[in-house]
Parts: sequence; C-alpha cells; structure tokens
Amino acid sequence: MSGGVEKAHLPELLRSRRDAVLGRWVALAAEGVRGRITERELRAELTELYDLIERTVGEEAGGAGAELRAALGEISRNRARQGFSPSETALSVFALKQAVLEQVGATGDVDAYSEFIGFSSRVDDLGLVTFETYSAAREQIIADQMEQLLELSTPVVKLWDGILGVPLVGTLDSARTQVVMETLLERLVETGSQFAVIDITGVPAVDTEVAQHLLKTVMAARLMGTDCVISGIRPQIAQTIVALGIEFGDIETKATLADALAYALGRSGIRLSEGAGA
Amino acid sequence: MTGPPEGAVPIASSEDVVRMRQAVRAAAAAAGMSLVDQTKIVTAASELARNTLVHGGGGTGRVESVVNARGRAGVRLVFSDTGPGIADVEQALVEGWTSGSGMGLGLPGARRLADEFALETEVGRGTTVTVTKWTR
Repeated sequence: MSGGVEKAHLPELLRSRRDAVLGRWVALAAEGVRGRITERELRAELTELYDLIERTVGEEAGGAGAELRAALGEISRNRARQGFSPSETALSVFALKQAVLEQVGATGDVDAYSEFIGFSSRVDDLGLVTFETYSAAREQIIADQMEQLLELSTPVVKLWDGILGVPLVGTLDSARTQVVMETLLERLVETGSQFAVIDITGVPAVDTEVAQHLLKTVMAARLMGTDCVISGIRPQIAQTIVALGIEFGDIETKATLADALAYALGRSGIRLSEGAGA
Repeated sequence: MTGPPEGAVPIASSEDVVRMRQAVRAAAAAAGMSLVDQTKIVTAASELARNTLVHGGGGTGRVESVVNARGRAGVRLVFSDTGPGIADVEQALVEGWTSGSGMGLGLPGARRLADEFALETEVGRGTTVTVTKWTR
C-alpha cells in the first residue's frame, strides 16, 4: 500500500466509528426508500457493503474491490426488480458520504478531511456501478419480454366439426405468417376441415405486405381443398384496404368472427335452431 | 439526399418499421385524427418505411406534427434513403407495377392514403418521400 502512513486517517475512522457511521448511513438511506424495504433488510445490505468498503478503502485495488462491485450489483438488481428507480438506489449509496463527513466533522481531524475527497469520488464510482447494473438488469427484462412476444405462437382452434379458426393478433411479418401457414395446413390435414376462418380483429394495420401474406395463406389452404373466410375486418381497415387498392378477389370476407362462423356453418349444411331448452 | 434530416430515426430492420408505425399512430392520435385517418396514415407509413428498407437498402424516417395556415393539425412523414433511386417515377406510381416481389401497390397506395405526397429521387443517389395527412 503506497503512502499508507499518511493516508490512514479515514480507514481508521471507518473502523473506530463504525457503529456511528453505519447507523447514520442506514438512517439516511431509509429516508429515501421509506416503507418499501424494511429497515432490517436495509441494515443487512448496507452492513455487507460497509464491511467491503472498509476493506477496500485502504488499498488501491484488489479482490475486495471486485467483491464490492458484485455485492453492489446484486443489490441494484434486486432494487430494479422491486421497482425502485435507479436514482433511489444510487442515492442510498451516496448517503454514505454524508454519514462519513459528519463523523469527520465530529473528530475535527484535518487529514481525514483531505482524504475525504478521494473517498467521496470512490463512493461516486460505486453509485455509478449501481446505475450501470440497474440499466443492464432492466434491459435484460425488456429483452426477455421481447423474446416472449416473438414466441407468442398463433393457435389454430377448432370452432366446429370441419371448421378451424385462426385468430391473428399483432404484427404479421413474414416469419410469423410462415408459422401461421404451416400450423394451419398441418391442422387441416389432421382434422380434414372444409373451412378455415382467419380472424384479423387483432391485427392493427393491414398493409400490402400483410395482405400478401394473407392471400398466400388462403391460396395454400385452397390447394388443399379448404375454403378460407377472412373475418374481423373493421371499418378503418376496410377503408384503408380500398384506398391501397388491394383486392381480395373471390375470397369471402366478413366483418365479425360470428358472421364468418355462420357463413361456414351454412355452407357446411349445418342448421342451428333456437332450441327448446333455451 | 443531403444527409439524414433532423430528428430522423434509422430504418434498418423490420422492427424499425414496427416502431415507426407506432410512432406515427401516436402522432396521429395526438393530432386528433379519426380512427380511419389514423389507420390510413399508419398504413402509408408502413408501406413507405418498408420501401425505404427493402428498395432503398435502409435509411431514415421522421415523424413531424404540423399545423397548416388554417390551423388544422396534421402529421408529416419524411422517409429518406441513399439507395439506387427510382429510374422511372411514373412507372413506380403505376398500380401493380413492382420491381420486386411485392404487390406493386405500396407507393401508389401511400399516395392515395395521404393528403399530400412528394417524391424526390435521383438514380444512384437515393429517394426521399414526404407525405402529409391533415385532420378533418
């Protein structure tokens, strides 16, 4: 440890006045996180950090530094999951500066004052570590969610004997259309269905690409002897399709899934009657 | 064609096209457009952003909230790329004509969906398409 002799005031203070500094730190940090984390939990976290800071403050860099960063990272990740903002997490680290400064003031040790500047910038670094870990943790959460969204499979459901339903929700890109088409064609073979209803109520916008994908799916089903009905065409979608100049040709389209089901039932020769039991 | 305009976001992947659509929908809703007009301008944005991506090899898109002289709010979209440009603009605006595997309705469709349409292109330099839709 270089220059250890004249640089020992602050580490000494952290040791000798441990309870006072730690107690004050916990009290200051508790103000910022009031009610959302118990004081006991907070004290346990900060005590662990305090021990590590005490060990690292005297030395330039070493094993304890990495350990300290890891511990900070863990705390920051937990806070991110508990819904704390990154500034709240960083502020509870920065609170250590005030706690230490108050004790330095109480001792009146001038050398400790000059060392405090170096200590202060170290604490700033630690605060930044919590920021970095926090955003990394949030990005991980977002990446996970995006993956889950992509994995949202499109189910093909049986609406009636011989009638399949394909409810489409969200953006229809090439990759998803491919999945939809494959699933639909497989289920057509399995069930021997004569009709498939593709419902686009959940598709926010139908542009030429989406339309092209829909048409290809319908054509493929047709080659296998299945008639497709496209349902869920809302007024604004209908007007947009007309303005774009897209033609669905002889493909049956209906405003609602119910209309499409009624149409398919009618074409299959199934009559529904208002039953006596109703 | 003189560098990306201010406030433009890159269009380099299909995800960017989706993001662009969402930004346009938010701007159209903020301008007070009806659901039909929102859907029209969003669809136009979708077509043009995909053109930028597929034909222009990627570029930038910008969403502006504008107000005209009579105080009507609107949304203006500017899509720029530095791709190959369009050799025959009239042909590109003909319905059903396609240079790729699309339906050939994107560019003429976007023109019909918007209230104002401007196309600037130079072969080998790139293409900039500007469309505006006003609230009714």
